[in-house]
Amino acid sequence: MLDGDKKRAAHRALVDRVLHVEGKASAEQRARAFNNNGLSPPLDRLIDKVVDRPAQITDADLAAAKAAGCTEDQLFELVICAAVGQSARLYEAGLAALAEATAAGEAG
Amino acid sequence: MRLDVLNHGYRPGTKLLFALIRLFSGHPVPDAAKVVFYRPDFYGNRAKEFTHEAMRGPSAWSVGDRELMAAYVSKVNGTAFCIGAHTATAGQAYQDQARVAAVLADLESAPIAEPLRVTLRMLGKLTREGKVGAGDMREVLAAGVSPQQVRDALAVCAAFNTTDRLADAFGFELLSLEGFEAGAKYLLKRGYR
Repeated sequence: MLDGDKKRAAHRALVDRVLHVEGKASAEQRARAFNNNGLSPPLDRLIDKVVDRPAQITDADLAAAKAAGCTEDQLFELVICAAVGQSARLYEAGLAALAEATAAGEAG
Repeated sequence: MRLDVLNHGYRPGTKLLFALIRLFSGHPVPDAAKVVFYRPDFYGNRAKEFTHEAMRGPSAWSVGDRELMAAYVSKVNGTAFCIGAHTATAGQAYQDQARVAAVLADLESAPIAEPLRVTLRMLGKLTREGKVGAGDMREVLAAGVSPQQVRDALAVCAAFNTTDRLADAFGFELLSLEGFEAGAKYLLKRGYR
């Protein structure tokens, strides 16, 4: 049923693109940003904020990542991967809860 | 925006397009639109497809309902740019700004149908806490929301949890009220593609 959902398919295509297309940041770094796991300071702080408290991001967070050697194009990609990663987790969590609720309904 | 490439790094044809939009609309291109024009093969093209499908594709939710979901998710995230943009768009779609303002002020007392209220409540919990359970979904279904409507609402939630984060991280510049209203008119006429 989910495979027939065009919205879901379009989201999967977006996830696939940001993780796997040739970019300026390595695919490994992008996967780490997507999963918010395994990045080094100060990039880890910026990406963690993108995922958990985006409204608290400041100019200093991006400046610190640039000072540590990230180019603007790499930051563009890594921030997008982090944002898409968190939205993918939320989407999955919602769909899983729905599947559980409807399966329980059918069983009951 | 906080990255110079997002302010100045566009191809000549794109810069010309931005200038023409500014000339004919009387408003600068909003940062949310600029971002999808920067290296569109990386993010913009597929992001536009997904967002358009979520917001304007077939659904039992109206366009106004989905714009309200976008505004509500943005309110939970505290993303000022997207609150402004989608408050204006939902208000124009419903032709009822007061209803949108009431939802954003207090979901529980707002004058909206119960299925929409419980769906917004679920999207708010998912966005705030990062998780929802089967019990939350059963409440939504019990209010008369179909499983497909839940899936459609989750797609809107995913789209705006992405855009909100980009708005806050890249520092989208807030528009004037008039600018948000002009953007809303465009989004209702043309969608997100």
